[in-house]
Amino acid sequence: MSSVPLSMYLMLALILFCIGLFGALTKKNAVIVLISIELMLNAVNINLVAFSKYSLHPGLSGQIFTLFTIAVAAAEAAVGLAILIALYRNRPTVSVDEMDTMKH
Amino acid sequence: MLQNAWLIPLFPLLSFIVLTAFRRHTGRLAAVIGLAATGASLLMALMVFAEQWQGNSFKAEITWLEIGDKIITMGYEVNPLNALMLVIVTLVSFLVHLYSKGYMEGDSRISVFYAYLGLFTFAMLGLVLSPNLLQVYIFWELVGLGSFLLIGYYYFKPEAKAAAKKAFIMTRIGDVGLFIGIILLFWQTGSFEYDEIFKAVANQEISQTMITLTALLVFVGAIGKSGQLPLHTWLPDAMEGPTPVSALIHAATMVAAGVYLVASAFPLFEASQTALTTVAAVGGATAIFAASIGLMQKDIKRVLAYSTVSQLGYMMLALGSAGYTAGIFHLTTHAFFKALLFLAAGSVIHAVHTQNIEEMGGLWKKLRLTGPLFLIGALAISGFPLLSGFFSKDEILAAVYADGRYGLFVLALIAAFMTSFYMFRLFFMVFSGQPRSKQDGVHESGWTMTLPMIVLGVLAVVAGYVNTPWFGTFLNDYLAQGPVELAHEHHGPLWIPIAATTVSLLGILLAYLMYAKKSLSRDWLSRSFPSVSDIIYNKWFVDEAYEATFIKGTKAASCGGTLIDRYIVEGAAEGTVSAVQLLAKSGNKVQDGKVQTYGTVVILGLAVIFAVVALTGGYFS
Repeated sequence: MSSVPLSMYLMLALILFCIGLFGALTKKNAVIVLISIELMLNAVNINLVAFSKYSLHPGLSGQIFTLFTIAVAAAEAAVGLAILIALYRNRPTVSVDEMDTMKH
Repeated sequence: MLQNAWLIPLFPLLSFIVLTAFRRHTGRLAAVIGLAATGASLLMALMVFAEQWQGNSFKAEITWLEIGDKIITMGYEVNPLNALMLVIVTLVSFLVHLYSKGYMEGDSRISVFYAYLGLFTFAMLGLVLSPNLLQVYIFWELVGLGSFLLIGYYYFKPEAKAAAKKAFIMTRIGDVGLFIGIILLFWQTGSFEYDEIFKAVANQEISQTMITLTALLVFVGAIGKSGQLPLHTWLPDAMEGPTPVSALIHAATMVAAGVYLVASAFPLFEASQTALTTVAAVGGATAIFAASIGLMQKDIKRVLAYSTVSQLGYMMLALGSAGYTAGIFHLTTHAFFKALLFLAAGSVIHAVHTQNIEEMGGLWKKLRLTGPLFLIGALAISGFPLLSGFFSKDEILAAVYADGRYGLFVLALIAAFMTSFYMFRLFFMVFSGQPRSKQDGVHESGWTMTLPMIVLGVLAVVAGYVNTPWFGTFLNDYLAQGPVELAHEHHGPLWIPIAATTVSLLGILLAYLMYAKKSLSRDWLSRSFPSVSDIIYNKWFVDEAYEATFIKGTKAASCGGTLIDRYIVEGAAEGTVSAVQLLAKSGNKVQDGKVQTYGTVVILGLAVIFAVVALTGGYFS
């Protein structure tokens, strides 16, 4: 059962995080960007769970943290989507490219 | 009276201030204000002189600056030499003010003219009264400024503008020498005071080389101001100014400032044989050089200008030959007869409205006063017996002979011959024979112009008697009270005055034969030596040589400087600018308002930090 080493979990988390980062930075569609962010959060969750089992002092705190993160991520997704819809009402687009009012 | 001597320069300064402040309202009053100011100065100068004659010197100073343990003072001093100069300057200035009233009649900027005259007179009197070299230098520059303003008075004439600039720049070259000399003297003696410097020189606190060096540097200043070789070219060009200015500045006072400077710093020069020899050689060379140019000039004022250069050379020659009295004596007599000649020339110009002597002629009968007065001036400068120039020139020749400078003595004799020749060439061409061009309405000038000439004419005759071998050497005794040790009286052998008289009479005779009687063809000399006359006619090509060397050189250097400035300095500046702009543009591109770009930048920055930490071996280590 415990034949998979820690580094493999970390590698998986890294890959997942990088995919999420790439998506968040390059995708045009705002929904995809939000999904990518969820991906990055989940990469972190994998790290937390992996360390809770394989660190020098294994314990439950990492898994509990993960539960918190999932809860916060759900809330964050809800807020993110709400903002998206609010934006969409002002501007009929979901393309992140066209949302450049921060420069003003 | 002596303690009030400081008031003398203040009257002309007051006139300058009043005339400048109210120049729109003074109008014809300007002449009256100027005359009143210089008249007051003249009266005071005469009183000071009378008191000084009895042998009282006076000096007053206040502390101006304290730098460490060095104290720099300001003050004034009356000694025999400058009391005499005060009288000369105020007298000539007063007469020129009076003369200008007639000469400048109808000029719309008359109050400006009188204001400048006042400024110049103030500067010259201040220079004369200065007891230390720093103050001398300040007034020296002010004198230069006054000269610049007056030469360029007709600023709408390009020649006058060019001449003013030339005078300013040429004298400035000399001033730099003087300035370095003053600094060196201060460095060596710790004082600007004449007294202190002379004491240090007498006690041999300064090395011999330093004495020679400083004396020569001070002399460079005198070269510039007194139009000596090789900085003489500005003086003839300065004739573009109004004629009264030429009489005041470029004959009697400012150009004498160089001679005065050498005379007042005479103990310094006396301590160095090299310096004296240089002064004598430069003076002698200038005397004959300028006289030779004067032989062929066609402009009445330019002939007189070259004659001035030549006579100043004489004075330098006298001072360089340890003939202190002789130099001052000639300075005095020259101030009178040269001012007379210039004023007479101005009267002629006023009458015929040309300066070209080829267009004059036959004026003797028309200008009944100017003619004889010009003749007196010409005789005096030629050294005709019993007139002032005779005595002072004789004194110089005796001093040069007694000093054992026989080569320079011969030069001086030849220059004396040339002087009398060109003066009478001028005289005969202007006054004798028939008019060579149409002259309408030629008439004698008014009394404001003739009266100064008459006064100067009288002085040109009698001024010589203050120092003669026969009646007494009043001037020498008088000057001997001053700071300069002068025991030696030059009584040259009797043949010197005879020789001097002979050459001057020969010069007059030659001029008579060529230009009045016309028994000798006018160009027999120039035809026999065409190349020599060509060189002389072109003033020895000095201006051309300066044009080819210094002016072209400066222009080439400034072209090079322009190239460096344009391509290297500006290139560097432009490069910096475009580099910053490039940076700003790329920075600008990042700020496009899109969250994703900001995120990318953040990630990239994080990556850079990681890379740096990884390469340097960790942050925590």
